[in-house]
Amino acid sequence: MGRYVTRRLLIAIPTLLVISFIMYAILAISPIDPLSQFGNDPRVPPAARENIRIALGLDQPWPIRYVKWLLAALRGDFGVSFMSHSSVSTLIWQRLPNTLAVVGVAYIVGIVVALPIGLISAVRRNTLTDHAVSTLAYVGFSVPTFFTGLILIIIFSVKLHWLPFLYDSNLKVTDLSSLLSQFRQSIMPIVVLGLFDAAVLTRYVRAEMLEHLPMDYVRTARAKGLAERAVVIRHALRNSLIPVVTLIALGVPTVFGGAIVTEQIFHVPGIGELLVRSIGDGDTPVVAAIVLIFAALVVLFNLLADVLYAVLDPRIKYT
Amino acid sequence: MEKRYLRRGLALAVTASIALAACTQTPATSPAPSASASTAPVARGAGGDLKILYWQAPTILNGHQSGGTKDSDASRVILEPLAAFDNSGAPIPRLAAEIPTVANGSVSADLTTVTWKLKTGVKYSDGSPFSADDVVFTYTYMCDEKTAATTFGACENVKSVTKKDANTVVVTYADANPFYLQWGTGTQGEILSSVAWKDCLAEKAKTCATDQKPIGTGPYKVREFKPGDTILLDMNENYREATKPFFKTVTWKGGGDATAAARAVFQTGDIDYGWNLQVEATVLRGMATSSTTGDLKSVYSNSIERLVLNRADPSASLGDKRSEPDTKHPYFSDKAVRRALAMATDRKTVAEQIYGNGLTGRTSCNAWNGGDAESKNTANLDVCKFDLAAANAELDKAGWVKGSDGVRAKGGVRLEMLYQTSVNPVRQKNQDINKANWEKIGFKVTLKSVDAGVFFTNTSPDGYAKFFADVEEFANSAGPPDIASFFNDWTCKQAVGKANNWNNNGNERYCNPDYDKIVDQLRKEADRTKANALAIQANDILVSDVVIIPLINRTSATSGVSKSMKNVELSGWDSEMWDIANWAK
Amino acid sequence: MATTTSQVRIGVATQEYKRPPRSLWADAWFTFTRDKLAMAGLAMLALLVLATLIGPFFYERPVGVIDFEKALLGPSLEHPFGTDDLGRDLLGRSLWGGRVSIAVGIIAVLIAISLGTAIGAVAGYFRKADNPLMRVTDIFLSLPILPLLLVIIFLFREEVARRFGPDVGIFIMIVAVIGVLNWMPVARLVRASFLSLKNKEFVEAARAVGSTDRRIIFSHILPNVLSPVLVAATIGVGGAILTESTLSFLGLGFPPDVPTWGRLLYDAQNFIDIAPHWAIFPGLCIFLIVLSINYIGDGLRDALDPRRKI
Repeated sequence: MGRYVTRRLLIAIPTLLVISFIMYAILAISPIDPLSQFGNDPRVPPAARENIRIALGLDQPWPIRYVKWLLAALRGDFGVSFMSHSSVSTLIWQRLPNTLAVVGVAYIVGIVVALPIGLISAVRRNTLTDHAVSTLAYVGFSVPTFFTGLILIIIFSVKLHWLPFLYDSNLKVTDLSSLLSQFRQSIMPIVVLGLFDAAVLTRYVRAEMLEHLPMDYVRTARAKGLAERAVVIRHALRNSLIPVVTLIALGVPTVFGGAIVTEQIFHVPGIGELLVRSIGDGDTPVVAAIVLIFAALVVLFNLLADVLYAVLDPRIKYT
Repeated sequence: MEKRYLRRGLALAVTASIALAACTQTPATSPAPSASASTAPVARGAGGDLKILYWQAPTILNGHQSGGTKDSDASRVILEPLAAFDNSGAPIPRLAAEIPTVANGSVSADLTTVTWKLKTGVKYSDGSPFSADDVVFTYTYMCDEKTAATTFGACENVKSVTKKDANTVVVTYADANPFYLQWGTGTQGEILSSVAWKDCLAEKAKTCATDQKPIGTGPYKVREFKPGDTILLDMNENYREATKPFFKTVTWKGGGDATAAARAVFQTGDIDYGWNLQVEATVLRGMATSSTTGDLKSVYSNSIERLVLNRADPSASLGDKRSEPDTKHPYFSDKAVRRALAMATDRKTVAEQIYGNGLTGRTSCNAWNGGDAESKNTANLDVCKFDLAAANAELDKAGWVKGSDGVRAKGGVRLEMLYQTSVNPVRQKNQDINKANWEKIGFKVTLKSVDAGVFFTNTSPDGYAKFFADVEEFANSAGPPDIASFFNDWTCKQAVGKANNWNNNGNERYCNPDYDKIVDQLRKEADRTKANALAIQANDILVSDVVIIPLINRTSATSGVSKSMKNVELSGWDSEMWDIANWAK
Repeated sequence: MATTTSQVRIGVATQEYKRPPRSLWADAWFTFTRDKLAMAGLAMLALLVLATLIGPFFYERPVGVIDFEKALLGPSLEHPFGTDDLGRDLLGRSLWGGRVSIAVGIIAVLIAISLGTAIGAVAGYFRKADNPLMRVTDIFLSLPILPLLLVIIFLFREEVARRFGPDVGIFIMIVAVIGVLNWMPVARLVRASFLSLKNKEFVEAARAVGSTDRRIIFSHILPNVLSPVLVAATIGVGGAILTESTLSFLGLGFPPDVPTWGRLLYDAQNFIDIAPHWAIFPGLCIFLIVLSINYIGDGLRDALDPRRKI
């Protein structure tokens, strides 16, 4: 196992290099132009646009820009944002806490809600509980988050005036009242995202449990006279967890990537919002840094998932 | 993707044009700024926190590096130009002690030399003194190609900016400039401290830390700035007017979209000032009229939403020659077709239904809007009147015959049209309305909408500059109200094409020597009345020859202002923040 | 009488003997038709497809006619789904736009799950293929979608439009793009299940009796990994319908005046408090599609479940 992990970590290096190269190529070929800002602004004549292009180094061929960027990135320097002139790492650090406080918490909420509900739904298959939970889940993923968010805002901010919908990133949690404010301002986005995640995960947990409940070893466990609870949790659930672990591992990097739509609706200055705006602005240094970190997390968490498979199912062996 | 709607149409004007300056001689149409001064607050910092929401968050606090209106507006709270422009287009002194004119002897008779007298005793927020050196430094900074300032356009034709004494600077233009307030004013004229920005010249400009925490002479100073998120500002204790500003702090929040910003002003009352609320009129009217917390405030200048008719041939079969100025459009080269299209364009319905009849825009059949240079002749032209019967008759007469599918054709050319614009709910509705009308007179219209980040580029085949379509719709940012430059965009030289790397501004690929002659005269004309007459001539050619179909004169500021706010005067010719020092509650 | 009976009996017996054993698929279909929910799902899907295909011929209100007098009307006899802000009939638009939405939703998802299942199965079963295939998956998971889409459009649109004509070309691009960008989770899921199942007793047994790899993959392991794949499919359909509307904002989708369900929902969002009907009906349509696909999926899973046959 140790050798396997070492080998995978070593393979991760060329993988990330390939990803960074493809990503950079995509950004370079992509028709989005950082100068589109000034498209129909008569105050910025062609000469000024050309100056900016040169100052940003965009006059050089992209493979050269890529090598320069890569060499700097290897030293941990992600460069300076085209748009704000501040260092890319500063921008990411400013936003990471907001993303974790909203998207991260929502993800945990989603998992915590989905596991027991999916389990109950499977054990009580085709009962009223199961149908109710399933229908809710279908609603959950057929209604886009921009809609659920909007409906919550109209109810709780506009009509009832209970909750704010402009997220204040300068709020520092120091005491009980500021903790309450933090709770009030993040509850709506957390609910929107958490329920969406939960809706998706519930379906998988339920499906996997249904798959494993009629298996021979579960029957054996039952025959041995184990309590139903123990059978379900220790035997069926453990084996059902493999796909669930896969999904959770796939989800963690997306937490870092932020939830673009929800962040925008609730004005949460998170990484998703930064990424989308930077893509729109053609702000390559910011996009490249976020994508590279995201890719590293993808590689890392997929490796983690593979390791967990072996823990959950001792028959899975890697060499 | 959705966040980028409408970013570009909004705008600020920069400088006073001769026409607008002329405007001030007649009674001003909007309240004079002195009116607000009389109700000025009594004590500095008496108010609490002023909450501003821009749904596009500022990313940099230096107008010379601005990536758009959001940045020039945010920096204007901290930095000031020599002079600002009010909503009538009249220049109002800021760091200047008075406005230079030929009459007061500060502008040479040949319109090349402008002498600016500066206010004395002005201090930066850190206590350091302001002087003529800073003005000269600003010139060195912004007019150096290597700085790559977005305000570089204001340096055109500027020969030098020199210090005469500690409180006097001289701006010299290479040629006579009827528009002599060009440099140092409005959104392009923010004066930078030569101390704070000393390490930011040329190549170093792109990594300048001062751009995040500028030191300025304006009413507020930065406490904390998170690019793309919030700016926290405090009042500037050293501001030159002892009783201003009124607010102790300003919280400037960014992000979301226009509808959410409108909600925050009109429905929840969380925000005192919401920027650029160009939402569908039905939605906006519903929110604004029933609001107990805020009012809608809008001003107009020269922003015109127009339909651009391609004079070149966009057929894909042409390969490299596609939409090149030396090709001819298969049917738009026939004036009758252009005229019919104009007559089948229902700008009145668009103005009423989509722009709420003055809420976010009003009908216009002029290329140039605002001041005495606005033509009054066009209103009576047949191409400015919606008349489907006349449009059909025009096409019948010209020999365009309807086929069995209702599409007209002549000599094998069918009136099939690709109509493109940027992604924006308002524009997509304009497309729907125009398509319905145009199909009634025998066009077959295919719609296309492209993300703004791709549309407003000179590089993408989906972009407005390459214009691989027959008709496209967009609006100019309002300003600068430099009429000669405005009309210059339709001269032969400006035709967009491969030769200029699609960088020029004449998307129509229009070329008319008569028009060019008028614009040439306009560019040299110092006399305001004569210049206005020339501008009207140029405008009338563009409209009657159907070079463009003007649709809507859009508001250049559309803001939601809390009912508790006082003295909020907006300007269509400058930043919305031009007068923030006077805002109060 | 007696003879006839016995003859008949014999006849029956010989017939039964001659009839070949029901194939896996016929058997599955038999089970499937017994599943009430699955059949209800199938009926609902068929109804929606039929409504969008032939509905526009019966419900003859033109979809594009603008009439501001009738803007934002709620549901009524004349306009069962109400009207939008330009006074266009929303039932007509939903029927018309549903063709694109349903087709995109289902075909894109089919592409995504077939691709994902194939890659996942190969990676999970053949140890040598695992590493390269999973690294490709990592790459696809990591790339930024939005610029990638723009590049794909930029590179291939003209070519595809030339080869298949503008409308079909757009359709192919959309389903291909959505499919190609969504197979990765399915691949990871299928691979995980394969890793776990390929060492199980029944697979070892199959291998011991000399079954080919192909047979083991298709007949023994695959039916056991269908659950997560079908769940992914149901979740994917709603997502694909909504993604289609986002694509048109990038200049890739259908022209902005094609009223797909995602597009209707998107256009309705600013009007949610003054005209909720605008959003509710397309939302409901997407919900019904998701629901019916899910019931069909559940039925299919049960029908194909190897353990159910006993």
